[in-house]
Amino acid sequence: MDAILIQLLNGLDKGAAYSLIALGLTLAFGTLGVVNFAHGALFMLGAFCAVTFQKILTISKRVKDESITFFDAYKDQPYLEIWWGDTGAAIIDYAVPLSILFAIPVMLLIGVALERGLIKHFYKRSHAEQILVTFGLAILIQEVVRHFFGANPIPTPAPDVVSGSAAIGSFLGLSDNLVYPWWRLIYLFFSGVIIFAVFAFLKYTTFGMVVRAGMADRETVGLLGINVQKRFTIVFAIAALVAGLAGVMYAPILPPDYHMGMDFLVLSFVVVVVGGMGSLEGAVAAGFLLGVLQSFASMNEVKAIIPGIDQIIIYLVAVIILLVRPRGLMGREGVFEE
Amino acid sequence: MKGLMQNNLAMMVLFSIVVLSAPIWANPIGANYPDLLQKFAIFGIFAIGYNLLFGLTGYLSFGHATFLGVGSYTAVWSFKLLSMNIIPAILLAIIVSGIFALIIGFLSLRRSGIYFSILTLAFAQMAYSLAYSVLTPITNGETGLQLTQQDPRYLDVLAGVVVEDGLPSTNLFGMLMKANGGYSGFYFAALILILSFYISLKIFRSPFGLKLKAIKSNQTRMKYTGFNTKPYLLTAFVISGMYAGLAGGLLASIDPLAGAERMQWTASGEVVLMTILGGSGTLVGPLLGAGVIKYFENIFSALNQAELIEVFSFMPEFLQNILVFICTPFVGEGWHLTLGAIFMLVVIFLPGGIIEGLQRVSGYIRRLVGFDKEQVNKESKEERA
Amino acid sequence: MTHILNITGVNKTFGGLHALSDVNLQIEKGETHAIIGPNGAGKSTLLNCCIGRLAPDSGSVTFNGKNMIGMEPHNINHAGMVRVFQTPEIFPELSLLDNVMIPALAKRDGVFKFNPFRSMIFEHKIRDEAMSTLADFSLDQYYDQHAGSISRGDKRRLELAMGLVQHPTLLLLDEPTAGMARHDTNRTIELLKSEKMQSMTKVIIEHDMHVVFSLADRISVLARGHIIATGTPEEIKNSPQVKEAYLGESDNE
Repeated sequence: MDAILIQLLNGLDKGAAYSLIALGLTLAFGTLGVVNFAHGALFMLGAFCAVTFQKILTISKRVKDESITFFDAYKDQPYLEIWWGDTGAAIIDYAVPLSILFAIPVMLLIGVALERGLIKHFYKRSHAEQILVTFGLAILIQEVVRHFFGANPIPTPAPDVVSGSAAIGSFLGLSDNLVYPWWRLIYLFFSGVIIFAVFAFLKYTTFGMVVRAGMADRETVGLLGINVQKRFTIVFAIAALVAGLAGVMYAPILPPDYHMGMDFLVLSFVVVVVGGMGSLEGAVAAGFLLGVLQSFASMNEVKAIIPGIDQIIIYLVAVIILLVRPRGLMGREGVFEE
Repeated sequence: MKGLMQNNLAMMVLFSIVVLSAPIWANPIGANYPDLLQKFAIFGIFAIGYNLLFGLTGYLSFGHATFLGVGSYTAVWSFKLLSMNIIPAILLAIIVSGIFALIIGFLSLRRSGIYFSILTLAFAQMAYSLAYSVLTPITNGETGLQLTQQDPRYLDVLAGVVVEDGLPSTNLFGMLMKANGGYSGFYFAALILILSFYISLKIFRSPFGLKLKAIKSNQTRMKYTGFNTKPYLLTAFVISGMYAGLAGGLLASIDPLAGAERMQWTASGEVVLMTILGGSGTLVGPLLGAGVIKYFENIFSALNQAELIEVFSFMPEFLQNILVFICTPFVGEGWHLTLGAIFMLVVIFLPGGIIEGLQRVSGYIRRLVGFDKEQVNKESKEERA
Repeated sequence: MTHILNITGVNKTFGGLHALSDVNLQIEKGETHAIIGPNGAGKSTLLNCCIGRLAPDSGSVTFNGKNMIGMEPHNINHAGMVRVFQTPEIFPELSLLDNVMIPALAKRDGVFKFNPFRSMIFEHKIRDEAMSTLADFSLDQYYDQHAGSISRGDKRRLELAMGLVQHPTLLLLDEPTAGMARHDTNRTIELLKSEKMQSMTKVIIEHDMHVVFSLADRISVLARGHIIATGTPEEIKNSPQVKEAYLGESDNE
């Protein structure tokens, strides 16, 4: 029972990441009609926003280490600590949550720049060419990151307060041994908030309504004389932001490295397809579903029955879905069904 | 010139001369290593085969490295179990990867467009993950599949070949692949390349090839014209999978090793890039693309900052510093950065690849010289239409 | 007289809209049958139901005694029923000659044939046939141009040539002269009336009454999903029902 609950939470965590990436992918595909293979790279860039912000906060000065008295020792002390003492140290401790503030403008800017500079020119070109150019872009972004940050994962810890585990077992009246990392719970909650915010935005704002109408019937919206160009840019920037925020929050769970984007991208594409190309609800549902499935498949009991199932479960599900129900779980009939 | 190219025989003779004389013309550009020449040939085969699918039908597969990997594993197993002779290894590599292509292609081709791309990608990732995990008894996981002295090699034993000490070497009926400083291996690969190119040429210029091009152009119309397009696509998929298997088998024949990283989706991406860079749907384009990429990979990944400083040493110092600073990220470890940049630049500015670029340049030159009857004819025809 | 195409009781709805309701139509062997009707009367839907692009909700379509419903488009083609599309469905990247050679190859090779080692250069018979068909439509001088680069009227004629080269038993023509200049229209009429095409059964959907009355042996009028009249051109001209439903409406346009 405990193990199942833990796996469920793990699955939801993973699923939250898939959902957030898939949400942006679907948004871009549904409205702009663009297949963006660089979307995983945006997730990775988000994670590296956290890394960068942490690095900026911890820019240090070489000072004499007072705690060692019998010889002259030096240590690196962050300027923030030198200037503000404990307050500074606390700010550094909260680097990851604070970097959200840093990531928002950065990711929006990246989104706008990419759409204006590159994606815009590919609306009218074939899906194959879109895939190819964004694939090239993904490699490019990934390699630039590697050039500046190296190939190794960079630990980006969560704040001290939440670095421990929550005793959810005793909270739920189950075994006391059942604990789960606080940060993962926060991450889950945060993802829920973002997903909710995106849906609320699409549902209750005029802008969102136009976007949804565009996903349902792109030609009509084009005919309404609405400034589609500008909206496309904003939609793409939002998609980039959602992926970026997911990346920021995921950094303490998985120390970011330069190829994490690619790993998540392939899975997220599968999620989009399973959920139904162009269906936002489908993307979210499929993201969580596949996350949980993958998590359960990695249990030893399951692996004992079907070895290796944890490695391929997602792809297997995708293949079956695509062959049996091409429009995906929640895709509407005839939409992007080829 | 154009008429000459239309003639299969003339084209094959020319092609063979160019390929077989590679050690001579590769010398001045510093590419005359058997290792590199072999790579040109093998990846050329891979790209030629990929082009038969993507270039002719327009179906973008993101999983062709799977077949390359399957080919390599099969060949190494053939060396282990049957014989160090490369003929059975290569034949088996082609057959087994063909079977894989048949299954994956049959399932993936149920859908088209991006769905097809994603399905092939999903299968490739599945194969890659399995090779790393459950299939370790077959693939030897992360270490990769290698030869050992104790391998049974039943056919060799039957023939009375005894391995005295060390690992046995791959051979073609006794002629070692690494003989003559590796040139034996190259010439063998080159002969296979010529044969592969010939088959590709025949397919391009056959009714079958024409129908594939028509499917790329307008698949719906093909159905109403009376063709069942599925078996056509599947055949193209299997053929290109077999080409990939052949390339994988050759890789293993020259260096009897097989690892799962050969099946990674970035490897699939590389063959797509080769094909596009050269010019997808053209006969020689993919081969050019493979050559260019392998050549520059060789140069760029070997360079480092110190060598860059030397390269730019003829310049004034401040210019030299700037250039070195700009170029450093693109060389050595940064080769992939260059690759990504090339990828984007080609797709954006030159979707037809090098071949299109050459055509544009030659068209421009001919117009400059004012000696372009064909163009004039065409334009006047268009005016009439 | 034998009925080559038999459409009985065909219904098709889109959402709540009755595109076709209980359509009955018999096409006789050798005749040229025109289907006319105001816009949105369901003409194209009817054609799509015959050719396998749409499946009717109920009813049957038999061709030469064989049921056509649920059959794959390529099998319908080989049964001898060939459609010429309204918007040119050609192979824009291929040459005009290739565009016509492909349907000719379909006729010879069937739904699938793996022949990678034949050479197109030696397909003299197919090439000659395609060339002469192109010549019939006076397109032969552009034979090596990309089909995408020729004018719209030429594309329509190419489309016709692609249908004719297959020598179908029944040719379904969806507005074959729409968008053509007057002299091209007349040429097309001549061609459809020519000796070569005389024996071929043809179903024509057409707006242009000049074309309809110069070609059709019989005419059916489709309005709001119903066949309201079938008869010889004279009968249709004088039918008060038709005047009301069709000609009346077109006056309002």
